Amino acid sequence: MAQAQHDDRKNLAPLELRSDFPALQETINGQPLVYLDSAASAQQPARVIDAVAQYQRKDHANVHRGVHTLSHRATEAYEGARDKLQSFINAASRSEIVLTSGTTESINLVAQSFCRPKIGPGDKILITHLEHHSNIVPWQLLCEQTGAELLVAPMDDRGQLNLDALRAMLTDDVVLLAVGHVSNALGTVNPVKEIISWAKAQDITVLVDGAQGVPHMAIDVQDLGCDFYAFSGHKMFGPTGSGVLYGKESILEAMPPWQGGGDMILEVRFDTTTYNELPYKFEAGTPNISGVIGLGAAVDYITNIGIDKVARHEHDLLAYMTSKLAEIDGIRLIGTAEHKASVQSFMLDDIHPHDLGTILDHQGVAIRTGHHCAMPVMEFFGLPGTARASLALYNNRDDVDRLVAAVEKARQVFA
Amino acid sequence: MNNVADINADDLRDLYRELILDHARKPRHFGKLDGATHTAQGINPLCGDKLHLYLQIDDAGKICDAKFEGSGCAISVASASLLTDSIIGLGKSDALHRFEEVTSCLTGDVDPANAEVDLGKLQALEGVRDYPARVKCATLAWHALRNAIDEQTKPARTE
Repeated sequence: MAQAQHDDRKNLAPLELRSDFPALQETINGQPLVYLDSAASAQQPARVIDAVAQYQRKDHANVHRGVHTLSHRATEAYEGARDKLQSFINAASRSEIVLTSGTTESINLVAQSFCRPKIGPGDKILITHLEHHSNIVPWQLLCEQTGAELLVAPMDDRGQLNLDALRAMLTDDVVLLAVGHVSNALGTVNPVKEIISWAKAQDITVLVDGAQGVPHMAIDVQDLGCDFYAFSGHKMFGPTGSGVLYGKESILEAMPPWQGGGDMILEVRFDTTTYNELPYKFEAGTPNISGVIGLGAAVDYITNIGIDKVARHEHDLLAYMTSKLAEIDGIRLIGTAEHKASVQSFMLDDIHPHDLGTILDHQGVAIRTGHHCAMPVMEFFGLPGTARASLALYNNRDDVDRLVAAVEKARQVFA
Repeated sequence: MNNVADINADDLRDLYRELILDHARKPRHFGKLDGATHTAQGINPLCGDKLHLYLQIDDAGKICDAKFEGSGCAISVASASLLTDSIIGLGKSDALHRFEEVTSCLTGDVDPANAEVDLGKLQALEGVRDYPARVKCATLAWHALRNAIDEQTKPARTE
C-alpha cells in the first residue's frame, strides 16, 4: 500500500527529462534553449544518438545478407527495432510493420499500392479539412491518375471535425478514409476510434496519419481497428528518414509491391519474379538501417518513461500553456478544440507570425511560424500562417514561462 | 538575466527600427497602379510572403510611378514600401543598379559603408544582415523589381 501511494505521487510529478537531450543544453543568443517546435521535429535523447553512433562506429554492414559478424549485428539491431515498434503500437504481427522513410512515404505507399489498382472514376477518397499536406497531396495525385474524386470532411471554427457531416460522407462509393489522429497545425485530437467504427460499418478502409499521435499518447492499432497507421521516427525522438506504415496483414498480403529492387524478392528471373514475404515485399533496396536502429532506441526511451505518464505530463502542461497565453493582451488562440494534444497556435495583435518567430528566437525560444504544411487550415481561418508552440515530453513550466515572457517582449517591440 | 534580455532588445531594435515598423504599419504607395506598364510578382511560398509590384515606365525609360500590393511580414512589407519610395523617378538602368546595391548589401556581400551610392533610408534594412533567415523577406520586392524591368513573367522567389 505504501508502495502504491509512492508510485501515485511519482506518477503525478511533472517529468524532468531535459538533461537527457544534448540539444536542450544549448544556449541561443546567450539564453538556454526553449524548444517548442517538436511538432515539426523532436529532439533526440543521448540514448538515440548513441545507438546510431554505435551502429555507425562498430556494427555497420548491410542487413539481411552476408554471413559475417557485422551483417549479423546490423540485422539483429534493425529487426530488433521492428519488434519494438510492433509492441509499441500493439500490432498483431511483426509482418505488419513496414519500415519507411516516414509518414509521407507511408501514405504514398497506401495511395499507390493499395488504392491505385482498385479505383477509378466514380470512386471517392475521403479526407478532412484538418489534414497536413502529406495527407492531401498523395490523394490528389491518386485522383488525377485514376479519375477518382477527393472529398473533404468539414471542420468548425474551433478546429474540430464536424462529425455528423463526416459520418454522412461515409457512403458506399468511398474506397478509403484518410484521417489525421492529431492535427499538426491546431493540436485537435480526432475521435479516430469512433470514426473508424463508422467507416468499418460501411466496409471502408481507413488510414490514420499518426505522425502527431504517436509521440503523445498510447497507440493500440488493434483497439483502434484501423487498416493502416502511418508515423515518423523524427517526431518521436528518433532520426529523420525513419518511419512506419502499419497495415493489417491480410490487406498488405493482397497489395502489390510499392517499389521494386533488392530485398523485396524471393527469386528473380527475366520471365518471372517472386516477391518476398511481408513486410519485406514493401522494403526494396538497402533501408535506412541507422535511422531504424535509432528509432528502436527512441521506442525504448519512451517505453521506459511510460507513454501514459508522458500523456498526463503534456496534458497538464498544454493546459498551463494555453491559459498563460490566453492572459496576454492582444493574443488570439487558433485551435481551441475540446480534445487537444501538444500544440497551441496563436496570433498576436497584427504582428506577422514570422516577425514573432524572429523576436522569440532572439530570446532563445524556438517556435514554428507559417502555414505548418496545412494551408487549407490557414485559409479556413483567413490567416497567412500562425505562430505555433508545440510541446513534447521534455518541456516544462519554465519553458512556458519563457515563451510568455518572450511574447510580451514582442508586444513591446511592436508597441 | 535582465542584462541579457536588454542587450537582446537592443539587437532587435537594430532589425525592427522605427522606420521599418513605420513602413510596415503604413506602407507607402500601397495598392494597384492603373496604367502600369510593367508588373511582377514576388512569392515565397514556404513562408507565405506575396506581393505584386506595378511600375509605370515612360518612353524614355524613366519609372514615373510605382505601387505594390500584397501581404507579408514587417520586413517584407517595409522593404517593398521603401523600394517604391526609392525608385520613383529613376531610369531603368539606375533602378537595376540600385537592385544590385541593395541586394548585395542585404546578403552581406557588400558592406553598406562602402556602397557606391548613398542608400539613404534603405539603410534601415541593413539590420537583416545579422538575420540570415530573414534576408529572403527583405530582398523579395527587389527581385520582383528586377523581374518587372526585365519583363519576366515568372514570379520572383528568394527562398
